[in-house]
Parts: sequence; structure tokens; C-alpha cells
Amino acid sequence: MSKPTLTREQIAQRAALELPDGAYVNLGWGIPNLVAAYVPKKFTIHFHSENGILGMGPRSKPGEEDYDLVDAMKVPVTALPGASYFHQADAHAMTRGGHLDVAMLGGLQVSEKGDLANWKVPGQKGSGGIGGAMDIASGSRRLIVCMEHATKDGSPKVVRECTYPLTALECVHTIVTDMAVIDVTREGLVLREVAPGITPEEVQAATGATLMVRGRVPEMNLPPIPAEK
Amino acid sequence: MKDKIYPTLDAAVADVPSGASIFFGGFGGAGFPNNLIRALERQGAAGLTAISNNCGSGEGELSVLFKARRIRRVIASFPGPQSTYFQAQFAAGQVELELVPQGILCERMRAAGAGIFAFFSAVGAGTEIANGKEERTFEGRRAILEQALGADFAFIKAWKADALGNLVYRKAARNFNPIMATAAKTTIVEVDEIVPVGALDPEVIITPSIYVHRIVQAKGLRNV
Repeated sequence: MSKPTLTREQIAQRAALELPDGAYVNLGWGIPNLVAAYVPKKFTIHFHSENGILGMGPRSKPGEEDYDLVDAMKVPVTALPGASYFHQADAHAMTRGGHLDVAMLGGLQVSEKGDLANWKVPGQKGSGGIGGAMDIASGSRRLIVCMEHATKDGSPKVVRECTYPLTALECVHTIVTDMAVIDVTREGLVLREVAPGITPEEVQAATGATLMVRGRVPEMNLPPIPAEK
Repeated sequence: MKDKIYPTLDAAVADVPSGASIFFGGFGGAGFPNNLIRALERQGAAGLTAISNNCGSGEGELSVLFKARRIRRVIASFPGPQSTYFQAQFAAGQVELELVPQGILCERMRAAGAGIFAFFSAVGAGTEIANGKEERTFEGRRAILEQALGADFAFIKAWKADALGNLVYRKAARNFNPIMATAAKTTIVEVDEIVPVGALDPEVIITPSIYVHRIVQAKGLRNV
């Protein structure tokens, strides 16, 4: 890829614009974990963590860590006023039961039907692990996958059919990458936005499935990255 | 009435036999029954089936039992990159692994504790998790049959117990512990503090005493 595309932080920044005020949201590992910092200040978003927290706040300040209050990545966090704690089965009743308005997960591959593969690379060393990804992918009302558009060796990650082990079938609604925002619709993949300086043709060339274009495709409107988060 | 309070960790785990299946609570470093795990390592039971979200972290949590080669089979959702002893034994074919989606792991335990033999869920339908499982369609969605999952013992961690075994937890250290308590033949809890009967508000008790068989204080004062 010759042209510069979005950084991981910028993908997170663009993904944050997908969250409506008042939403109940779970953020997964990887790029989604960066999203909370970019939620507009005037919005109230209720963050859910699958270990039993609703109303999760930012990471703890140094010296104020409570290791009984950690997020799903083991990082000490805070609880906002109005937060609640519950056990892991209730936490996943929320994920599977369709109670989360939006979930964001990292991705290895997304198919044109919205199938997601995000838990195992074929041939990888070690046991692999699923965690909460299958429950979250299967049950969220709106699932947004945040990932790089292509693998490090340039292979497309948005593909006709996933070749990696699947996480869930037909679960992805929107894909936010370093090149584009793509919606998964009944008719197929629709290119909604391109990254600044990237053309729809360049996105299509980096994609392993056909993208539909409806009229002129706007560039993402990204606010500048704040110096301090 | 039989006293549920055990004087020592070692006494609380003394009769766990080799080959037992055991739930271990904890997630993300919080709510692990680390003192009970160390007591079980001292006790020596082997050939265990461990059921837990992950498979140890560095030298801690379940790594203690993997390092001592006491676990033959594990049922987990996310073994974890820091589960080095488990990963080495898994790569060498010395330990069996059943990977289960995290919420389904919880729900299989909850079913076992609630007298439900099996249930259908969309989680994992069409993935390798579905291999060998009955599939049906509900409300237009593919779903697979999951079986209840009980165990011989639950090793759990709570914040406070009263002498009857009513439990409260701290923050996200609750995680798997209350679910596991319902689904084991014998539930053993380590707590920071034991308080007198009546000291816990019935409105805030998370695990009612009926699910708890043995209590041991592993930190702080025994305040009975």
C-alpha cells in the first residue's frame, strides 16, 4: 500500500462516531479497546464488560488501582456513578439476549454476508481461545468490526467467504477499517465512506469481495486526534 | 448443625480425590481462589478436570496446578497467552482442552445448578464449536444443543461469608464464582472475612447459603 491509511487510533476515532448517545456498548480487544477515548464528551455511553460491569469508566489512575475492578483485558478500571456489578452469566445474558445496542470487536476476516472470523488463525501455535467473542457476536443488536483493511502481507480481510475459523454467521453490520466504512446489507457490501485521500477504486482493489457504491462516496470526517486523551 | 467453617485451607480440601472435576472461579486476575489452589497443590490430588475461564497466569492462579502436573483435562473459554505451563503441556499432548464460548460456559453451569439438562443457543452455530452437536432452527436462527456442566467441587472466592455460608463479593471479583457455587456437589469458598450470622443484609446477599458447603478464611480476621 503506497498511500497512507488511517492509524489504529484513527480507526477507533471513526468507529466512535457510530455510537448513539445513551447506548449500551461492549468494546472488545484490539482497536475497539481504543474507542472509548473518542466518544463525544456530551454523550453518555454505558460501557459493559463481560466480567460483570455496567457503567464502566476510564482506566484507573496510577496509584488508585483496585484489582477487584478490572476490565476484560485485566486492566484496572473505574466505575461511574450508576454502575452495577453482576456475575458472568448475567453479563452474557446481556450479550446473547440482545440487550447491547452496539458491540465492537476486532476481526481477522469478515465475509460479504457478515460472517466474522476473529478468534483463531489457522496453523497458529498454542491453544487459541474464544473468550466472550462468540456470545457477543451472536447476540448484539449491532456489531461493528474494527480492523485493518488488509493483513500485514496485503491479503484482504473483507472477503467473499471466510477461510479462517468462524466466530459467528451473518452477525456483522458495519466494518470500520483504515481505508473505509462498509455496511453489510441484504444486497451485499455497501461502501459508505472512504478514508481521506483514498478512492473507492483503491478500497475495492484491496477488498476480496464486491463493494456496491451508491452515488458519490464521501470521505470520513475525522476530527483531529486530541493531543491529550 | 454441622459447622461449615473449616479451620484451615488444608482441611477444607483434604478429601478432594484424584480424578475429581473442579470449578475454579476468577477472571482477569480478580476473584481467584488462590489460597485453595495452593492448598490443593500441597494435598496432591492428580488427574483432575479443571473448569475455569482461563488456564493460569504466569506462576499464579491455575498455573500452580499445571506446573505440578495435576490437571489432565481442562474446560475453558480463553486459556490465555500467559498460561505458559498449560500451553507447554497442551503442545506436548499432555493435557486435553475443551474450548467453550465464555457465556455458554457460564450458562452450562447455570443449567446444571438449576436442574436443566440442556438448552439451545445460537452461539457457535455454524462454527467448529458446533461439531457433533444437535442443530435446530428457532425463530429463523440456527441453534445448537448445549449440555449442562456440573462438577464435583467448586473452589470459589468471595469477600465475606457469614457462618451459614451466605456470600457477598467485591466488584468484578464476583465473575464466575456465584454461578459455580450453584453447580458443584461440594462448594468450598475462601473469604477475606467471616462475619456473624445476621451481619449481612438479606437484600444484598449474592450467594445464598444453601449453595455453600465449606467456608475457610484466607485473609484478615475471623470475626465470629
